[in-house]
Amino acid sequence: MEQFQLQGKAVRRAGGTRRQALTGVNASGNLEILVERVLADHECMVEVTTAVAGFRGTWDAVAQDFFTRASPGGLRFSINDGGARPDTVMLRLLQSVRLMEREP
Amino acid sequence: MIAAVQIGRADWYEASARDRIAGLLDAGSFVEFLGPEQRIMSPHLAQFDLTGAFDDGIAVGRGTLDGQAVLVAAQEGRFLGGAFGEVHGAKLLGLLRGARERPPRAVLLLLDTGGVRLQEANAGELAISEVIHAILNLRRSGVPVIALIGGRAGAFGGGGIITACCSRIVVAEHARISVSGPEVIETNKGVEEFDSRDRALVWRVCGARSRYLLGGADGYVTGSIAAMRKAAAAMIADVPSFGMTMLQAEQQRLTDRLHRFGACRDAPEIWRAAGLPEPDRVGDIDDEAFLTMPRIAGADHDAR
Repeated sequence: MEQFQLQGKAVRRAGGTRRQALTGVNASGNLEILVERVLADHECMVEVTTAVAGFRGTWDAVAQDFFTRASPGGLRFSINDGGARPDTVMLRLLQSVRLMEREP
Repeated sequence: MIAAVQIGRADWYEASARDRIAGLLDAGSFVEFLGPEQRIMSPHLAQFDLTGAFDDGIAVGRGTLDGQAVLVAAQEGRFLGGAFGEVHGAKLLGLLRGARERPPRAVLLLLDTGGVRLQEANAGELAISEVIHAILNLRRSGVPVIALIGGRAGAFGGGGIITACCSRIVVAEHARISVSGPEVIETNKGVEEFDSRDRALVWRVCGARSRYLLGGADGYVTGSIAAMRKAAAAMIADVPSFGMTMLQAEQQRLTDRLHRFGACRDAPEIWRAAGLPEPDRVGDIDDEAFLTMPRIAGADHDAR
């Protein structure tokens, strides 16, 4: 098991007004993400707890790519990972930003 | 998460615990207790190098069903098989004890569990005992407790016992209810006794249709969340009383059942002995045809 934080900068604040959202499940090959609107408008962060050690570089690459694509300013993403592939991680992150745009 | 407009049509088996709650209750009525943002997580899993879940695999809270106040708990069967740990069990127990203090119209238990989490087994077993106690207390005080079963983990181990202690049980086709699961039986008694890879055998023994025909479940629904919702509402309105007379009647029913069918080695033998039509096709027909089948005599007994 490994835990780390990945910081990022966002060009703009994430859309919507919802305070939090949850998506996914911590199961084999899957992950759960809890998103909370708790950071300053131009900051974003992914906090990872993963069952699979030794892939921090891959996580960092996915997170930085995600920060650029989605510009999730103000959002903190807390992840419980059960060994999801990078493409699954990216899909869930993008999905979680969408959920924050829904009506509360 | 499924879009709100589609949630009723969605399949119970495929839906997450939270989607099941969202589709079961009146739209937007669910208020969660100890939600994931509070991070009330298992204190034990990290010792085993396992990552946890923000809600420890169970969502509990209140809401309304057709305008009636209900308390609801839903296990997430995909997280550690929906198994009971310390926090997971405490959340369910707290909900049931809260129901005693401020009685709702009913408590709905969306169980989806393999039983006790082995990494925190003592706490899990204790939680299950206390949950059973709390359910029986609630029933005695007149609050219906309805089990809705149809997730991928089924209701096994202590989860099977909890299910059997509820006022009413609704199952969908995928549901399995039992105490010792197929793999456990195979491990302990050998593959000749029970081949856990024989899916047809597993469903004949502990599957929804067998449970329903034999009286181990009170309602059988097609797999949609909407169908579960309709059945749950109907069950709340029709719950038997709970007392010594009923328990004695149930004891008698089970004694008679054991006497009649105790020598049977497989479910079709029971259906044949009970005179049901086409005993070998029970698992093959579709839901609509199945729902027209008669159950064995006494299966609709109010005793449970």
